[in-house]
Amino acid sequence: MSPFDSNIAHLLAGSMVLVSFLLLYQDRMLPLLNFFAIHACVLACSVGWQAYVQRAPHLFITALIALLFKGVMIPVALRRIVVRLGIHRTIENVVSIGPTMLFGIALVGLSIIVMLPVTQSAATFVREDLAFALSVVLLGFLMMVMRRNAVSQVIGFMSLENGLVLAASGARGMPLVVEISVGFSVLIAFFVVGIFLFRIRERFDTVDLQALDMSRGEST
Amino acid sequence: MNVSIGAVALAGILGIPLLGIVLLAAIPNYRFAAPLNVALCAITLVSSGALYSHRPEPSLYLIVDDVNTVFLIVGALVGFTTSVFSAGYIAHELQTRRLRPRDLRFYHAMYQLLMFAMNLALVSNNIGLMWVAIEMATLTTVMMVGIYRTSAALEAAWKYFILGSVGIALALFGTILVYLAAEGSLGEGMPAMAWDRLSTHSAGFDPALLNLSFVFLLLGYGTKVGLVPVHAWLPDAHAEGPTPISAVLSGLLLNVALFALLRFKMIMAGNPGVISPGPMMVTMGLASLIFAGLMIYRRRDIKRMFAYSSIEHMGIITFAFGLGGPFANFAGLLQMVMHSLTKSGIFFGVGYVCQLEGTQQIADIRGLTHSQPLLGWLLLFGVMAIAGLPPFGIFTSEFLLVTSTFARAPWLAMLLVVGLLIAFSALMLRIHGMAFGATDKRHSLAAYRLAPMALHLTLVAIAGVYLPGAIVAWFRHVAILLG
Repeated sequence: MSPFDSNIAHLLAGSMVLVSFLLLYQDRMLPLLNFFAIHACVLACSVGWQAYVQRAPHLFITALIALLFKGVMIPVALRRIVVRLGIHRTIENVVSIGPTMLFGIALVGLSIIVMLPVTQSAATFVREDLAFALSVVLLGFLMMVMRRNAVSQVIGFMSLENGLVLAASGARGMPLVVEISVGFSVLIAFFVVGIFLFRIRERFDTVDLQALDMSRGEST
Repeated sequence: MNVSIGAVALAGILGIPLLGIVLLAAIPNYRFAAPLNVALCAITLVSSGALYSHRPEPSLYLIVDDVNTVFLIVGALVGFTTSVFSAGYIAHELQTRRLRPRDLRFYHAMYQLLMFAMNLALVSNNIGLMWVAIEMATLTTVMMVGIYRTSAALEAAWKYFILGSVGIALALFGTILVYLAAEGSLGEGMPAMAWDRLSTHSAGFDPALLNLSFVFLLLGYGTKVGLVPVHAWLPDAHAEGPTPISAVLSGLLLNVALFALLRFKMIMAGNPGVISPGPMMVTMGLASLIFAGLMIYRRRDIKRMFAYSSIEHMGIITFAFGLGGPFANFAGLLQMVMHSLTKSGIFFGVGYVCQLEGTQQIADIRGLTHSQPLLGWLLLFGVMAIAGLPPFGIFTSEFLLVTSTFARAPWLAMLLVVGLLIAFSALMLRIHGMAFGATDKRHSLAAYRLAPMALHLTLVAIAGVYLPGAIVAWFRHVAILLG
């Protein structure tokens, strides 16, 4: 890998960490969804670049999944749910923005301190890539812990999962990356359906589908 | 000849459940679907039994060895008896209209999908494939836990979903790190993810990466095992889902996650440069044992109480495997098999108790030995077995574990004994009122319905008195392999 190639890869992986911070900071629902879409698009670019420099065409499939599924379909679906159920109000944070950001910075520092020494035998590029990926994973965790809202918890989980895909694509020649990203997509699709069911419960006070059948004028 | 029988059996344990998913999803009538579910599980059980003597050649994706056959056979046996119990249980749920025929189609298809995912996780020779299979098993159980669609059930399913997914994400990060550690000496691509090669070549791996990976794997798969402090999903999932699923969760799924952890422990064991994974497992195991024992005192819900008892036992088993050595591993293995049989048996009984009494509240369940003697006594025997009284098998394994711990680490043994006593007295306190309290109720329940529970308890009692030489030799061999 030439210095130029690895610089581009670092730029893209670093951008993901940056967008993770933006997600952490964002306290309104619709911009949060937009930033998640950007997160997924940066991931797609990063994985695509890995596919190109590693000469690994199967990674293009992973990049494509990231772009179409997580960059377009999921944000659109969540936006429709959020708007339809009328929950695009401010997200309540457990801790205020300032301490959260400081904590996030500490986590990034932690992941660099943990990853760089243990990966000394690995190629230079893999080291930084893993440190970035672990940062994204930890920031995703932080977001899941800090948010109470189901939708933003799921966005936290998806950004965490983006970090995992980043790590997997950086591991040279790792098999099954495509299968794993498909597996995660299934998981996320379930999350979205789950949110939908949950929101229904809050509105109708039940997710008992029999009650819903009755509300549509059907009976079983 | 041996090879072909083994290959057929391997295809059986994976193919039969797959076929079952399609068939059971297509059949609308539950009267036909429930026996079919039982039949499919029986064929899977026979296939897994055949794997004991006939092993297929390992490939890059699948492997059958001495270690996973134990888990496979126990899994198939509990899967089969649970399907028998489930047939009766489901019929009652349908009568009381808690479930509808359409739910049952979904339920049966999911049951077979769960069997498939667990068998795949056990026989996979590829750490990535194993991860995918465990994820599949998690998703399946999440949907079954939420099947009643009450707000409590959905709450439990959502909690399980979020925590399970986070655990699974951590496990994947650990898996990627293992691959990176192995890739240097095994080369890029599939071989660096094949379990048999990883465990034989692990001496050449980067120790620092392996250390880090094990932390992620322990937390990740440990969530699925239900180890404290990442156990929070387990009691809810057990309490709110259908009882057959509680039985399968406790009896099988926890074991599968533990098995994944053991596979990685064996990889770690081959490398002299790594820190030993033992102390981490011992600590988490002891914490689970003592914490869960204390929690049993405070439970008001019978299924929740036995869910905490599962955490307690997974703690004991993790402790045993963490301690390591042939003796402790043997005890851990025996404890695992005995716990699977006893706990699923108890859940069969609890399922009927809840249906007959119409409640899960311990305070409202009284005098079972009077109102339904057979069920009451069986439940009492089950609780005695799970609490570790002789002559049941759990007494044997706990006794072995305590003595071998005393010989090696007396202080740990003290803690272990204290934990066991806490759980023991808590269970005895709770079962007393349920078994002997004053009641004037009478319940009728056909005796044959209790056959699966009686079978499990009989097996556990026999194992406590006499373990056949072949099984002892087999377990001893596996215990040495586990290191």
